Amino acid sequence: MSALLEVRGISKTFDGFKAINDLSFSIGQAELRAVIGPNGAGKTTFMDIVTGKTTPDEGEVLWGPESRSLLKMNEAQIARAGVGRKFQRPTVFEDQSVADNLTMALRADRNPFAVLRWRPSHDSEGRVAELAAEVGLSDQLPRKAGELSHGQKQWLEIGMLLAQEPQLLLVDEPAAGMTLAERELTTTLLCRLAETRAVVVVEHDMDFVRRLNCRVTVLHQGSVLAEGSLDHVTRNPEVIEVYLGR
Amino acid sequence: MQRTPFILRNPSVLALIAVLAVFTAAVTAASAAYGTGLLPTSMIKVLGKTLCLALAAVAMDLVWGYLGILSLGQMAFFALGGYMIGQWLMYARTESIVAASMAANPIPPTPAELQEGVAGQIFGVVGSTDLPWAWTFAHSLPAQLALVVLVPGLLALVFGWLAFRSRVNGVYLSILTQAMTLALALWLFQNDSGFRGNNGLSGLQNIPGLEDVGQARLSVWFLWASALALAVGYALAAWLMGGKFGSVTRAIRDDETRVRFLGYPVEGFKLAVFTIAAMITAIAGALYYPQAGIINPAELAPVASIYLAVWVAIGGRGRLYGAVIGAVVVSLLSSWFTGGRAPDLNFAGLRMAWVDWWQVALGLTFVLVTLFAPKGIAGLFDILNRKAKS
Repeated sequence: MSALLEVRGISKTFDGFKAINDLSFSIGQAELRAVIGPNGAGKTTFMDIVTGKTTPDEGEVLWGPESRSLLKMNEAQIARAGVGRKFQRPTVFEDQSVADNLTMALRADRNPFAVLRWRPSHDSEGRVAELAAEVGLSDQLPRKAGELSHGQKQWLEIGMLLAQEPQLLLVDEPAAGMTLAERELTTTLLCRLAETRAVVVVEHDMDFVRRLNCRVTVLHQGSVLAEGSLDHVTRNPEVIEVYLGR
Repeated sequence: MQRTPFILRNPSVLALIAVLAVFTAAVTAASAAYGTGLLPTSMIKVLGKTLCLALAAVAMDLVWGYLGILSLGQMAFFALGGYMIGQWLMYARTESIVAASMAANPIPPTPAELQEGVAGQIFGVVGSTDLPWAWTFAHSLPAQLALVVLVPGLLALVFGWLAFRSRVNGVYLSILTQAMTLALALWLFQNDSGFRGNNGLSGLQNIPGLEDVGQARLSVWFLWASALALAVGYALAAWLMGGKFGSVTRAIRDDETRVRFLGYPVEGFKLAVFTIAAMITAIAGALYYPQAGIINPAELAPVASIYLAVWVAIGGRGRLYGAVIGAVVVSLLSSWFTGGRAPDLNFAGLRMAWVDWWQVALGLTFVLVTLFAPKGIAGLFDILNRKAKS
């Protein structure tokens, strides 16, 4: 299977601190992957580089079957190319309704003039209703997103990501602040999503990673320390020393 | 599914049109030209100018309240609109005067002589007899009308492109906008800028070709035009902000990084809103200065743009009617208190003249509103709504 995203030998230094050090990573078209690592291992910087927020000092980030370089693209272009990102803190537009939040995220032309001409249609309204149902917010559509509970905001953000229909989904600590039941649902959803697209989950919580039951990449000091099944990496003595042993 | 019509989704548009209709009808009925003469012509001009300021405030609300950019240079666009229409007003009027005086000559003047005569009349005050390049189209009303929106629009486009592309945000962007208007003012103050330096353009209340109409009627006509411009501008702003475009605009205000990750070209949206707002402001200015009669570079002073921000803040930013209410209430109060007609206050023998203290009172109000009533006067409607529901 050809890789959807391939990261080759990237490095990034912030004021002398090597956040990413010769990191290579690749993920297939439909795959679930967990990325774990202690604080400062470079998880967030890695996501920032893939989504265009940060430019690496060296290395390559290649995307899709044509291996286009993402480094020459800005955040919005990368998002339009099919990379979706879920932030740790739920970031929804609190001043606007759940329906408006979802509508904004729907796959459509993003050009300002196209947006100006855009009108809701049967299709778009049906799609919003469908997405709301999928994340359990059907009866919250007219409410302001700011009035939702923390968990509901997380779900709304996931709904917005689904609306974007990304080929690669980067998810930062999805389980943070969720109840046990909500975690169950999240796990199921992430596994189902990974059947049709690539999903990368950055997570601290080992129990949650175990539930995902997928390949795990362990980052340490900005590079890959180990990769494989969770059982495989947790038996790795280096991993135990830097991460699990503490 | 049946879509709710635009007017029903935006009840404030209908309310504004109704209020404006009643207001203009009442003022017309009280004017000297068309009614009882209760309102002097100067008062009608003040009211007409106030409507123009309200339109500028609506545009300011688009930029600040909806897009989240505290622009402290909006009045640059307003004044530029005034300068563009002022060029034609001054040129055409001077031309007719010069032509009339030359008509007595035994040989009729050539176009070049006529132009020379006009240039000498207009620019003699700054010691020049040549028509500057910026006056190339001054003889043509359609050209200057186009320039009213094109020049400020282009300035906003270039300035915005440079600033937004470098991702200048927040207070730094506010300072940049202020620097823009200050730089423009300083340039216009120079005698060789081609805009008559600190003399500015004057006599703008005399409309060429309408010399026989008289100020009493003209003032009412301009009031009508200003009311129409405000209604159209308001409806346009409501339409822009009502749909998905408005949704994205407000989203940029609240979290522009997140909007980027949704795939929207944030800079493009900022540029579009900023430029449209600049053009609306310019139209307001082009209607304002013929009523004011004179424009000079002092109109571009940063403090004028700060006043605009204060009106929008006190009226309630983030909703268009708030901007209108703020501009109308605060600017009318300002002219009353600084006009010397407000009674002075006496505190135990300490005389307090409003002319001196109004600015302090306004500044204090601004601080208090920002701290305790961030929704401004328009926030009162929320309270009324809540009471009506319960």
